[in-house]
Amino acid sequence: MGLLFFKVGVLNELQYRVNFLVSLMQSALALTTGIVVIALVYSHTNELNGWSQPELLCVLGIQILMGGLIKTYIQPNMTRLIEDVRDGKLDFALTKPEDAQLLVSVREVRIWQVVDVVSGLGVLGFGLSRITADVGALDALAFAIALTFGAVLIYCFWLVVATGAFWVVNMWHAVELFDGIYMTGRFPVGIYPGWLRYSVTFLVPIAFAVTVPAEALTSRLEWQTLGLAVAFAIVLFAATRWFWRFGLRRYSGASA
Amino acid sequence: MTTTPAAAAGVPQEAGRVRSMVDLYLTTMRTAVQEQFQYRTANYFYMLGMVAEPVIYLVVWTTIAEEQGGSVQGLTVGYFAAYYIVWTLVRNMNIVFGAPFWEWRIREGDLNRDLLRPVLPLHYDIAYFAGWKVVVIVLWIPLAVGLSLVFEPTLDPRLLEIAVFAVAIWGAYLIRTMFQESLGMLCFWTTRGAAIFDLYMTLELLLSGRLVPMPLMPDWVQTLSWFLPFQWAFFFPIESLVGDLSNAELVRGLGMQLLWILIGLAIFRVAWRHAIKRYSAVGG
Repeated sequence: MGLLFFKVGVLNELQYRVNFLVSLMQSALALTTGIVVIALVYSHTNELNGWSQPELLCVLGIQILMGGLIKTYIQPNMTRLIEDVRDGKLDFALTKPEDAQLLVSVREVRIWQVVDVVSGLGVLGFGLSRITADVGALDALAFAIALTFGAVLIYCFWLVVATGAFWVVNMWHAVELFDGIYMTGRFPVGIYPGWLRYSVTFLVPIAFAVTVPAEALTSRLEWQTLGLAVAFAIVLFAATRWFWRFGLRRYSGASA
Repeated sequence: MTTTPAAAAGVPQEAGRVRSMVDLYLTTMRTAVQEQFQYRTANYFYMLGMVAEPVIYLVVWTTIAEEQGGSVQGLTVGYFAAYYIVWTLVRNMNIVFGAPFWEWRIREGDLNRDLLRPVLPLHYDIAYFAGWKVVVIVLWIPLAVGLSLVFEPTLDPRLLEIAVFAVAIWGAYLIRTMFQESLGMLCFWTTRGAAIFDLYMTLELLLSGRLVPMPLMPDWVQTLSWFLPFQWAFFFPIESLVGDLSNAELVRGLGMQLLWILIGLAIFRVAWRHAIKRYSAVGG
């Protein structure tokens, strides 16, 4: 069913071809800024907290790539959920004979944002090509696992925030706040002071979504960290599902 | 010397015009203050979302400074903290009636109402956002205190520097208003202004001192930015408070601000005159 929604969503978006150019432009400008910042940093130092320039490019690539996934799939669905709760339109999703959580998570696809996924992969590839050490098969596997569970964690975070809409009507600011905080992912989490490091690891799981996969590719990752990521994802997923159902009980529709 | 009756009548008329303009500004500002205080939570969230950016840069440059024994190119850890904390206020002062809003204003037909008024929409925008800034500054103070407790800035301004800063943040506000409003005129010709606005914003981002204090930029960028409006609306106000500018540099900075406000205003007036001739409303 997810696939079906994906197809409809893509077809729907393909009508708006100019949006592709807009996405392309925005992506190019964001990329330029990201690269300029890294160039500036490394014009004044050779290593940032133990990360070399190509390694930091990998971090940037993963951040852009994950950001693309979030904007293609996770964020549009969650903002639609917030909107539907406010307008009382969630009824349409709830009355369908499918799992409601699954349904609200796959209704929207902003396919043009895939531009970011591609440009992220490009930056990542470029960064990797300039790292002298080889990426082993085990590293690549760890990277894939870390990236997948990182995405799951971000999804859970967003669903918790969106579920908050059952209590607080105005969750709009969450989007802007998230966009701001997500920028912390451009640098490895280790550079941040303790309170901020813990916040962007466990409160908003950006470290798991960006830094941990980057550590995997640069052979820094310890197996315990990967284990923690997987365990945290599983626990958070279960907790999120419970919270979603708890919130749903509060929903009483409007007008309709 | 004899005065013609017309000239004699002209003096009080002129005075009356100024008085009603002042009145318009004050009333609009007051309305903005009242309106925006209602949305203080929204305003706060917006501000908090914005704080992530300078905090990231601050942490990055602090890390580099510490790895190199306390400073980068003579800029100390305390300087970076002060720079990026004052950054948050200047960034907020830089929020004006942006070019993309012109598209909305034209599309939604709000411009029809604005055109019926006896003053340019520009006056209304300047006054409304200026009033909003009062709210923003009040909300910013606790944020600045919080950031200062965490990051320990080195801030030791002279009295004159504080005075220049207080003027310069409004200069920055006016420079940015003029250029954003002028860019907004493009919306009279095209519905695809967004691409140009994005490009402009990126240029601004790179050349204004928003990413890093200007001394960290390559020399040619510093030279280039000196001749462009961006840094006078961003780096200069921050540096006037945080840095060690001489009196001459402070005065010259304010002069550059004035110059760019006037240039921006001139561009706006020309663009507006052409744009408004093209305008025609539909629907209603």
